Amino acid sequence: MTVADYAFYAFAIVTVAAGLLVTISRNPVHSVLWLILAFLSSAGLFVLLGAEFVAMLLIIVYVGAVAVLFLFVVMMLDIDFAELKGEFVKYMPLGLLIGVVLLMQLVLGIGAWVQADGAMGLRQAVAPALDQVENTRAIGLLIYDKYLLLFQLSGLILLVAMIGAILLTLRHRKDVKRQNVLQQMWRDPAKAMELKNVKPGQGL
Amino acid sequence: MTPSDFNTVLPEFLLAVFAMGALLFGVYAGKDKTAPMLVWATSGLFVALALFIGFGGSGERAAFGGLFIDDPFARFAKVTILLSAAAVMMMSQDYMSRRDLLRFEFPILVTLGVIGMMFMVSAGDLMSLYMGLELQSLSLYVVAAMRRDSQKSSEAGLKYFVLGALSSGLFLYGASLTYGFAGTTQFAGILSTLGTDAVPLGLTFGLVFMLAALAFKVSAAPFHMWTPDVYEGSPTPVTAFFATAPKVAAMALIARLTWDAFGTIPGEWGQVLAALAVVSMFLGALAAIGQRDIKRLMAYSSIAHMGYALVGLASGTAMGVQAMLIYMAIYVTMNVGTFAFILSMERDGRPVTDIASLNMFSKKEPLKALALLVLMFSLAGVPPMVGFFGKFYVLQAAVDAGMTWLAVAGAVASVIGAFYYLRIVFYMYFGKEGEPLDSNMAPVQWVMMVAVAAAMVLGVVNLFGIEPAAAVAAEALVR
Repeated sequence: MTVADYAFYAFAIVTVAAGLLVTISRNPVHSVLWLILAFLSSAGLFVLLGAEFVAMLLIIVYVGAVAVLFLFVVMMLDIDFAELKGEFVKYMPLGLLIGVVLLMQLVLGIGAWVQADGAMGLRQAVAPALDQVENTRAIGLLIYDKYLLLFQLSGLILLVAMIGAILLTLRHRKDVKRQNVLQQMWRDPAKAMELKNVKPGQGL
Repeated sequence: MTPSDFNTVLPEFLLAVFAMGALLFGVYAGKDKTAPMLVWATSGLFVALALFIGFGGSGERAAFGGLFIDDPFARFAKVTILLSAAAVMMMSQDYMSRRDLLRFEFPILVTLGVIGMMFMVSAGDLMSLYMGLELQSLSLYVVAAMRRDSQKSSEAGLKYFVLGALSSGLFLYGASLTYGFAGTTQFAGILSTLGTDAVPLGLTFGLVFMLAALAFKVSAAPFHMWTPDVYEGSPTPVTAFFATAPKVAAMALIARLTWDAFGTIPGEWGQVLAALAVVSMFLGALAAIGQRDIKRLMAYSSIAHMGYALVGLASGTAMGVQAMLIYMAIYVTMNVGTFAFILSMERDGRPVTDIASLNMFSKKEPLKALALLVLMFSLAGVPPMVGFFGKFYVLQAAVDAGMTWLAVAGAVASVIGAFYYLRIVFYMYFGKEGEPLDSNMAPVQWVMMVAVAAAMVLGVVNLFGIEPAAAVAAEALVR
């Protein structure tokens, strides 16, 4: 076994263990931290595959932004996880049954899995040859050239998500006083304030 | 990527630009005050694009390396989608304005959903198929939950979203198994790796998972559970939209996937579709009998109708695809007419959906009652109406493909299903005297309903020429 092999097993085991701990840890904040560990070790796996760009994206986007956002949400939402777990226990037998059935199907499917004759060639035909272009460029060629249509469509999907989020949550409340910055800046101090000299003992 | 690729997706491109422009316009120019105008502009654009696609397109083109296919089949489906979406938008404007439901985002979300549907029917690759499906579904989830002050509407949106996400997961699982076998996501590539003999188990798994997910999208039983609740909870114009354009898109998508990617093994998917069809037809017919709410009734009616359309596909012939296309075109037309009436049902200015409120409606409004009678007869498939011909073509395709048992099951289910359509007619003409129903119709709704009812009678002459168009479309798909 080479160093790379050892590194692969180390990263792989850590990823799987962290993934498991995400689901079973009692404290949701701990779950998010385990999730971050899972992201980091999968980034390590990507480096081993020679996909440094994807590895860095994973760290910057998922660890740097998504996980931190998760952390905020988890800490801000006051969810009683113990109560949720109680519900969970109620449906546990049924869930386990479905899980076992799905697992059996998966085993059956993978056990009987074969590949079509030309499949390997078709698989390799999509991406540009890696000995000719570096992987950042290869990703660019796929996303922005070959699959431009899909890239733009996913943009439209995100637009729908944005419109939907605003439409379903934004409320214009009329009884709330809002800050009007311009109004504040154009205010004339001479008109807004009046100084009066109040004599002691006399009042206004 | 060449200019001709962009020419091929021109209608979708125009719609996307329109949606973004309308969004900016709506935000900057007075928010919901612009909504009625945007609704009419969107409907106008839909009709114009339908004419452009229907008369302008010819031949068969693939764009973006096979991600997008423009052929007669896609064009037939797109014209149906665009026209039905335009009809629903036009007749819902008045209803939504009067009830203060009309947000300027509504026409924009519908436009984006229609773009998704157009990509669905033109998909040439599992990835573009999924993208189109998600674009359509996300827009639909949002419009279902649009009435924020109504608990039922929020429930409808949430239920639809959760179950829809589950079905998307199933689809992706099936697609990944298929990719594992074929090594490509392109339909043509998948087809090229298939022999005509037995397929391996893993691929069958993939195929069944994908079909189950798509059956959810067309609400075919046993994947129909969301339909009655979502139809009942959503605002009525949104229900009308759900019952028309998305059904055509999803049904065309099933035809596209089964023929373009798995066309050499019709036996494999034919039996799955046949099973779905039988269960849907009977469940739709039986479960609707106990319904008192007309929106729930239409939900079960749509489940049954999807069963008949699936009979056409299950027969695994070009004639079956043609029958399915004709069926879907007739189905959306009938639903547009029926929902034009449902939108107008109210009492003291509040919408009612109870079918018992139709008691003795014929005395009050004989013309509307007559139009509804024609529509109900047509939905039930009573012979002189156009609805009968839809069922006839589908069942004939099944018989010609040697699936007589399926046709017999369809005929039996349609007799059972006729009961609840005829009950509405019975209420209108021979029911008890009760609290009268007001039918406050905007001119557009009146025109839609009467025109559709007239079409259901006059269409028996030549079905308005959709038959040869559907034949050309089916031949483009089944080679």
